[in-house]
This record gives sequence, C-alpha cells and structure tokens, in this order.
Amino acid sequence: MTAVTERPELEIGKSRRRKEDQHLITGRTTWTDNMTLPGMLHLAILRSPMAHATITSIDVSEALKRPGVVAAFTGQDFAETQGNLPCAWPVTPDMVNPGAPSLAMTQVNHVGEAVAVIGARTKVAAQDALEAIDVEYEPLEPVLNMEAALVEGSPLVHPNTTSNKSYTWVFEAGAAGTGQPIDDALANAEVTLKRRFIQQRLIPAFMEPRSTVVQPIGNGVLVHSSTQIPHILRTMLALTLGIAEHEVRVVAPDVGGGFGGKIPVTPEEVITTLMARKLGKPCKFTESRSESLMTAHHGRDQIQDITITAKKDGTVTGLDVHLFADMGAYLRLVGPGVPVLGAFMFNSIYKFPAYRFTCDGVFTTKTPTDAYRGAGRPEATFAIERIMDELAAELGLDPMELRRKNWIKHEEFPFTTVCGLTYDTGNYEAATDKALELIGWDALRAEQAERRERQDPVQLGLGISTFTEMCGLAPSRVLGSLAYGAGGWEAASVRMLATGKVEVVTGSSAHGQGHETAFSQIVADRLGVAFEDVVIIHGDTQSSPKGLDTYGSRSLAVGGTAIVKAADKVIEKARKIAAHLLEANEDDLDFEAGSFTVKGSPGSAVSIGEVAFATFMAHNLPDGVEPSLDSDAVYDPTNFSFPHGTHLCAMDVDTETGMTKIRKYVCVDDIGNPINPLIIEGQVHGGLAQGIAQAMFEEAVFDDAGNLTTGTFVDYTLPSAADLPSFTTDRTVSPSTDNPLGVKGVGEAGTIASTPAVVNAVVDALRPFGVTDVQMPMTPERVWRAVHSGDADRAPGGTNAYGGASTSTSDGGAR
Amino acid sequence: MKIELTVDGDMVSDDVEPRMLLVQYLREKLGKTGTVIGCDTSNCGACTVHLDGTSVKSCNVLAVQADGCEVTTIEGLAQDGELHPVQAAFHECHALQCGFCTPGMIMQSVDLLNDNPKPSEEEIRLGLEGNLCRCTGYQNIVKSVQAAAGASS
Repeated sequence: MTAVTERPELEIGKSRRRKEDQHLITGRTTWTDNMTLPGMLHLAILRSPMAHATITSIDVSEALKRPGVVAAFTGQDFAETQGNLPCAWPVTPDMVNPGAPSLAMTQVNHVGEAVAVIGARTKVAAQDALEAIDVEYEPLEPVLNMEAALVEGSPLVHPNTTSNKSYTWVFEAGAAGTGQPIDDALANAEVTLKRRFIQQRLIPAFMEPRSTVVQPIGNGVLVHSSTQIPHILRTMLALTLGIAEHEVRVVAPDVGGGFGGKIPVTPEEVITTLMARKLGKPCKFTESRSESLMTAHHGRDQIQDITITAKKDGTVTGLDVHLFADMGAYLRLVGPGVPVLGAFMFNSIYKFPAYRFTCDGVFTTKTPTDAYRGAGRPEATFAIERIMDELAAELGLDPMELRRKNWIKHEEFPFTTVCGLTYDTGNYEAATDKALELIGWDALRAEQAERRERQDPVQLGLGISTFTEMCGLAPSRVLGSLAYGAGGWEAASVRMLATGKVEVVTGSSAHGQGHETAFSQIVADRLGVAFEDVVIIHGDTQSSPKGLDTYGSRSLAVGGTAIVKAADKVIEKARKIAAHLLEANEDDLDFEAGSFTVKGSPGSAVSIGEVAFATFMAHNLPDGVEPSLDSDAVYDPTNFSFPHGTHLCAMDVDTETGMTKIRKYVCVDDIGNPINPLIIEGQVHGGLAQGIAQAMFEEAVFDDAGNLTTGTFVDYTLPSAADLPSFTTDRTVSPSTDNPLGVKGVGEAGTIASTPAVVNAVVDALRPFGVTDVQMPMTPERVWRAVHSGDADRAPGGTNAYGGASTSTSDGGAR
Repeated sequence: MKIELTVDGDMVSDDVEPRMLLVQYLREKLGKTGTVIGCDTSNCGACTVHLDGTSVKSCNVLAVQADGCEVTTIEGLAQDGELHPVQAAFHECHALQCGFCTPGMIMQSVDLLNDNPKPSEEEIRLGLEGNLCRCTGYQNIVKSVQAAAGASS
C-alpha cells in the first residue's frame, strides 16, 4: 500500500500529440496494398465502358493465354455464389431493390461496373491481360436525368422493375403529431418563397485507394480491407456469401481516410473473396485512382425543391421540402437512407410549426451513391441556410436578424423540434456573437457598402451558416423505427494487465480520426493511469470482436461512452478487491486519481495498478470474487448528439472575371466538452475544406452517354493548399446532457456547416446584380454568367469548364 | 534492364522492365512501402521522394531513369533514430490525420525548405500545390512547415 500520490494532471482537454503518428511520419505503415503473401495472386477488373447495355457475350479465353494469368472469370462463373451486394436500409416497406451483383450478369448499368476479373501472378500481368477479354454489348439508352427518369415511358435502368423510382419517403409533422399540418401553413401563408437548389454529385476521394487482400483459411477467410466497417463487413460477407460468420475475420489495418466512402460492402471486396475461395490462394485487389473515382460510390446528388412560408415580420410558419435523390444504378449499403438522415434536419435550429419532407429515390445509369461526409445533413443545412438568406432578401430583413428571430433561444433547451427530436443543449446566441466579433462583421458590412457605392469591380460578400446537425449515430430504437438494418450501439472492453497497463478494445474503427489518442485520454482520467499506459485496440474482428464501426460522428459520443462504462465496471470490480486489501468496507472507499482511499483515513491507499497486480496474483482475494478486473460494456445511446455553430465567410468576388477568393473564414463550433482541442481543430479544418470544396471546386460530371468526365484528379478538382485560406476556428461549450462525457460529434460539422456559408457569401456579393443563386461548384464561369446573364436567376453549369460535357442534372435540371 | 542505385543509403541493383515506374520499383521490388500511390495522373504527390536531393513524384519517373542516382524515401529521412525536423513538426502541429498523403507531403516540404528556408505562408501553399491531402484542410501542414523552418534556423 502506498501513500496517496499527487493527483495527476487531467488528460481530458489537453492537446495531446497523437499516438498514431510515429509510424505514419516514418513510412512504417500497414496499408492493405502493402501486403504481400506467399502465392498471392493479383487481381485486375474489367469494367464496363457503357453506361447501359446488355452483355451479349464475354470471352475470356484469350486472356487466359497471356503470361502470368492464372484465372479469368465473369459474373456467370459466380452465378451461384456471388449473391447481391447488401443494402441494409430499406427505407420504406415497398422500396424497390432490383439487386446488385458484384460482377455483372447480363446487363451493365453504369460505366465502370465490374464485368470480369483476372487473377495473375503479378499486378501488371493481370492488368495487361484485361485487353484480351472480348465483350460484346448491345447498347441501351442511358438514364441520366432524375426527373426524366420518373416520367412514364422513360427507359428503365433495371428490366426487373416497373419504374425508375426506388422509393418515396415522407414525413409530415401534422400527421406525425409533432407539429401542425403543412397544408394549413401553405394555405394561410403571408409570404411564400420557393427555390430549387442543386446538390451536385461529389466523390468522397479518400487519399488511399481501396484495397482488399483475402486469404482463404480452412472453410473461412481472413480479409484485410481498406474499410471503415470491419465488423459490419464481417457480418455482411458472411450473409452475402454464405460463409459462417465465425469463419470470417476482417482486419482494417491502416486505413487512409474514408469520409463515408469506405462504408459500403464493395463489389471488389466480394470479388476478391470469391476469387480467393475459388482459387484457394490469397488474392489482392487494389484499385487505381481512376477506378476509384469511377466506381467507388459517389455522394450528394439531390434536386431540392424548397418552399418556406412566413409572416411578413419574418416569423417562419412552415417548410415544405421535396427531394429527388439519385441512387445511381444500384442501392449500396446505406444509400437509400442518406437523404432520410437529412429529413429531420431541414428545420435546423429554427422553430417551424409545420414541416413536410418528401424524398423520391431514383435510379439512373450512374455510379451508385451512398454516404459522403455529413450524409444527408449537409444537404439539409445547405437548403435551409440558403433559403433563410433568400427569405431575408425577400422581406428586406438582415439575414442574421431573421435567424435570431426564429432560432431556438438558449433558455428554451431542451427543445423538441417539429420533427420530434429533442435537442439537449445549445447556445446559438453565444456562438454567433463570438463569430461576429472574430470576423469583424460590422466593419466588413461597412466596407461592403462602401465598395458597392463606388462600384468596385471586386465586390465583397458576407455569408452566414448557423447550423446544427444530428450525429452520434444512433439510438437503436430510432434506427429501428427508420427500418435501418442494424443497431446503433458500440462496444468496449477495458482490460487491466498485471503491471497496471491498460488495454482498451473498441468497436469503432478509426481511419485518421485520432481515436487512440482521444480514447487514451478518457481512460487515463477515468482510471487515474498514465496516458502512456493505455493502448487502444481496434479494427480487427478477432481482437475487437464486437462493434459497429466508425461513421456519422459516432465514435466519441457512442464509442467513447462505451469505454467510460467499461472503465467504470473495472473500478467497481477493483473496489471489492481494494476493500479487502485495505480491510475496509467497500462503501467507505473513495476512488480518485487512480487510488482507492478509506474515507477519513487518508494515509491508507491502494492504486488501481496494485489492485490489478493483486488480482493477477489472486493469492488474497475476497471469497467468491473472480480473479479479473476486465470488463465489457455495450452502450446504446439515448439520443443523437446535436453539435451546432456559426460559420461566417467573407468573400471577394471579381465581377469582371468571376474569380472568387475567400478573404476570411471564421467558425465557432459547439461540440460539447472538448477531449483534445488539437484533434478537434484538425477535424474542423478538414471538414471545412470538404464543405468549401463542394461550394467552389468539386463536381462529378457525366456526359450525355453516361461517361464520367471527371474521372481523374486532373478533372475532379480536390482543393490544394494553394486553393484554401487559413481558417479562424473557435468554440463555445454547451456540454451534452445525453452522455457522461458531455461530448458531441465533430467529424462532420465543418463539412455540414461550411457549404452554405460560402455560397451565401457569393450570392450576397452579387445581389445588387439581381443574382439570387449561383449553382455549385461556383466556378468563375458560373459566377461570371450569374453576373452577366440577363436572366441571372441561375447560372447554367457544365459548359466550357467541363469540355462541353454536362447533363441536365449537372446543369440544375429543369428550371 | 539492369539498374543500380542508392536507396535510403543502401546500394541496390535489379533487373527491371523498362516500363516499371520508380514507385513500383520501390514498393514491389524493394518493399519500400512507406512510399505510396494515390493516383495515376501525377496529381496527388503521395509518392513524392527525393532523387539526387530534389523532390520528384516517383510515379512520374521510370525506375531506369533512377539508374545511378540516389533516392531518399520517407523511410530514409530520419537519421540515427532522430526524426527530421519536418517529421517532428508534422507530429507536433497535428499535420496528419489518416497519414496517407504524409510521406509525400513531408518529402515535398523538405524539398521546399531546402529551396527556400524561410518561406511565407503563400510560398508554402504554392510549394505544396502538387500534393493533395483530403483530411487536414492543409492548415496544420502549412503550420508545421513554418515550425520546421523556425526550428532549423
């Protein structure tokens, strides 16, 4: 027994440098593509050059004669085994899911769809042999425009359906009993404003191309994959391919980013598994960047028709949202649910009494869509923050005053919204006031007025986004009510080693987020051990057997809470043994800073490390107590978490050239209690970059034949360091009351919030020119056209900037 | 074709196909998997290494072009167990998240500082234009280059 030592400095709140970094900065990495195994075959996949066609014949015989080629197969060869890629979110009972084979069977439905696979002794041998596969296609008409696709008589993407509509999902607050009927609000409105906004198609574009290595072992497989979801992948591979779940082990080693892009079960994971099992050899498939951009799922792609009603004084009375959401050619793992995740967020921070949300999920002959950072909430935030600006302009009100008039006041929390969600905490006033001060709002407004007055060719625009989002996915019961095919819990184990070191097993699976560092800080404080004495184990279904992985800003609020609960169980187990060692009553023990002390007898103490050692020795334990402190917990959250914040953008807009430049970007985010401010800032910076990229730079464009014309990093323009400014980030803290750490998610906030702030800034600059919208991405051409077009309502997209290639959807669809 | 070169201080010699890229040679023949491939159009810079002391995108150099040259990869940057100041700054300033762009980003930053030991923020941003990162928004990368520049003065 030792004397009580000084309480160690608290870890939570410290900007700890990351534990993850050492191997990443020295090149000692474990990316899946780094793996080489004895006898391993390399795969190459032949992909459809047609958007829509019947396969009339495939002949792989010539490819088999090429040097180094071991096998070549088509979809037909796996007809009995490949099944369909899983879609775990049938959002309505009558949702149409036509099926999604990993290798095409008789028809291809998007450019890039896998048609045949070659296994060879080297990667180049496999790739070289692709040209020897002979495929004949009978072209079908491509289906590229969502609205046209829904018109009676449109060509069908899938021959086994009767319409290109997968589903219609509706929420109406009046019917749900959470608000007033939307029809009344529409009928009685003093002011009604309608706008159509286009969420262009985006590509997650994680930096590490996806890679999968599958080793056949006995009746099962060991799968290494660049995935966000090792646990879900395990279950889904078992269900899809009929392998016993306990014979499937999935490892996500170092994973180079995901942003939702590594959420689904992919055709390539299934194909690699099929090949490894069929050939009895380890197989590896690594995609090229072009393959990744063409075939890894895309995100966003919605047409948003928004109607807002208000009183003349600016009080909002109703919001009616209709979406067309492009599913692409197939339903991926959670693709249909992505727009539905936005359903409860269009009302955002405002007190709408009436609300309706309707979404049509539509099939087209384009790359399938699924989650991309924010998944549903960026779309919702964009629409509401854009239309609040338009309403302010319509009513001649200041856009921030309109927001203040309608948002939930600090003293009104907890607040139940028109969607029935209960926002636990928030302080929109505080975040906004801080942001306005940081950017110097009044001075910028004065400058804007002055530059307008003297008709400066470079105009200044000021954009606002006062956002909230729902994350920390998610209470299992709520997911059940939305027909989601899984729960929303997370699992953790905390194991005390004999020497007092701590192993923490988590079911969340990081791919850049810094879990090892943040979770270590949490455990260090909870157990009173050193930060360095904690190791985080994750990303392998054998060592972390239970989990629901990483997406939806859930890891800290849900996974972190599971760890806290497991650590608390360790403490309770240790308490019994400590009481025995201290010859005291359990109830008389305090546990603080890693030591048990007897109340009123401060000299006598035993540390949790000493209890761990005593437990390991097991020589002197109380009767009936098992010699282990190790504990598990599975935590199912009681609510979502609701981060919020105020993002402000000051933008210089050259009305003569259309060039735009962010002059200053300030955001004040409220994500509850900060665990590691350094990591939080990093998450916000990266999120901002992606949200700004949607506003200014990125779009997946298809030509009239359904070819992706932005299929490389030459054309799909991720911003570089030279394209972005330094951001000013700050925080307010309204701790969540729904979890013991008081935390909210931060992974998606920057992306969700920033896009409308940037677009609002450009539109604000150009309002004197009669501009009310500029379609994203706001290329210089589009901005110039918005200024110079007589009909400046909408800048037509996709002309010169895209080599003349565009579709009606990328142009904004029918007006 | 037979090539002979120095990679991270070690002499190596191999027969390679004339079409083999330097990055393939590093990864597939030498097992130098610290250098990674992020694209196929020389845009992302993830594969950046030093060839005779200057940064190159190793997907844009044939292995045979490196014959007789000295190649330094991310794996050879730390000396005697001491991190290079740029590596240390990346850690200190949280300039990496997933870490996939990091080898290339660090190699390019080292080259940038070799050319311009005291770069302005704008010079850093322009100097890193050929290296893409999807995680960090670049802010902490820029900061770490500034920090490394300060540290080496």
